[in-house]
Amino acid sequence: MRTVAVVGASLAGLSAARSLRKQGYDGRLVVIGDELHRPYDRPPLSKEFLAGRLGEAELALEADGEDLGAEWLLGVRAAGLDHARRAIRLADGREVSADGVVIATGAAARTLPGSEGLAGVHTLRTLDDARALRDELARGGRLVVIGGGFIGAEVASTAYALGLDVTVVEAAPTPLAGPLGETMGAIVSALHADHGVPLECGVGVKGLSGETRVDAVLLEDGRSIPADIVVVGVGARPNVEWLQGSGIVLDNGVKCGADGRTSLAGVVAVGDCANWYDPRAGFHRRVEHWTGARERPDAAVATLLAAGAVKPGVPRPPYFWSDQYGVKIQFAGHAAGADSVTIEAGTADDRDVLAVYRRAGDPVAVLGMNQPRLFMRRRKQLAATAS
Amino acid sequence: MMIPACRLEDLPRGEAHRLDIDPPVSVFHTDDGELFAIDDTCTHQDASLADGWLEGCEVECPLHASKFDLRTGAVDAPPAKLPVRTHEVVVEDGMIYVQPSTEAPNLPPCISARLAGGPA
Repeated sequence: MRTVAVVGASLAGLSAARSLRKQGYDGRLVVIGDELHRPYDRPPLSKEFLAGRLGEAELALEADGEDLGAEWLLGVRAAGLDHARRAIRLADGREVSADGVVIATGAAARTLPGSEGLAGVHTLRTLDDARALRDELARGGRLVVIGGGFIGAEVASTAYALGLDVTVVEAAPTPLAGPLGETMGAIVSALHADHGVPLECGVGVKGLSGETRVDAVLLEDGRSIPADIVVVGVGARPNVEWLQGSGIVLDNGVKCGADGRTSLAGVVAVGDCANWYDPRAGFHRRVEHWTGARERPDAAVATLLAAGAVKPGVPRPPYFWSDQYGVKIQFAGHAAGADSVTIEAGTADDRDVLAVYRRAGDPVAVLGMNQPRLFMRRRKQLAATAS
Repeated sequence: MMIPACRLEDLPRGEAHRLDIDPPVSVFHTDDGELFAIDDTCTHQDASLADGWLEGCEVECPLHASKFDLRTGAVDAPPAKLPVRTHEVVVEDGMIYVQPSTEAPNLPPCISARLAGGPA
């Protein structure tokens, strides 16, 4: 393999570039990124960066003086993959020839139809998004967060600490029920009420009102919530449009094996755009977690360099964290398969719980709120029993 | 200055003991029976490495994914970018002692800011 192109310059792309060098690849390495920025860390964007406690320099993912010997093509979007010619077409007309490709193009924030061009309406995915939102939050006012998922809850918590008047709107009856289940979703989302942040659940958003700038969020039940700033946190969709017509199999992102291999030889996929096969569950999942973007490139790169001759190891159970209203929330495993959840330490009222999810008696997931020590022990056990 | 940590018999293999000095230091007893002392606070964010995932000679931060080498203090991957300090460990008469490093520690930005009197 003489040239490897990594398409995507965020955590998954950078981790892939690092894995390539660590695993002995010494050929030409091209990293293509649609943003102008060098790789940066996203979790602080909704928390410390948004609050003004962390600057842009501290978001950098590369260490000082780190040199991967890569060519960085930044500020240009990949527009197509021509597998027969082993080439990646860029939006500016250039082409990068590569005999190995790592797809790491991530996901884009979903928007609210009809909100385009309305000032005061934000999504939060990129550094540029975060800069714009930070500047607006600094002016204060009434913030409505649409979506009570992790991004929405983190933004609400940060804005609350900044002194804004915050309301959260969630279409589902219980926020976070998808990732955490109903019981624990209710307990974690009660953090909003603890701080006097109204949470409107089970009601959809009909639209936004305002001429040039948003002035209210219109709910499907006829109510309207006045707003100076709106943050739309309703999930993300994988950035795979550029792969249409390439022959690669797309199904909720790039469909991959348990080792990151795609349907095309010499092409692997990692990060939020990749729908990996989960050997434990027996089906494919697209996991949008920082930890997966950090860890899975090791396996995908091994696959790429060995031309598929390596047997993939079983990855650790998915892990993610969140910080809301000063509470550290940690989760590992999959709540979806559980038939019971038990609080094994702390109490829900004190918001310091350690909860274990089980299926037929076997632990399948663990949730911690301000319980890093117990959580880590349980997470370790979960990985040991699951492998 | 040697600081007494705990008795060796009170620190089983696979466990860590935290010294509440400033900044805190932790002694790790690996599964292979070796003893190491490093700064307890992850250089990325305020988290106690004594609560972390100990495997071989590496400890993974309990919050995020960075791993620190107990022998050198080196960090393997983001989000942390700076190493932790390592400290000398001595066992005398069954007691574990730590000789703190005289180097400047690498503390996470939130703690550095607090120590500097800035916003926490």
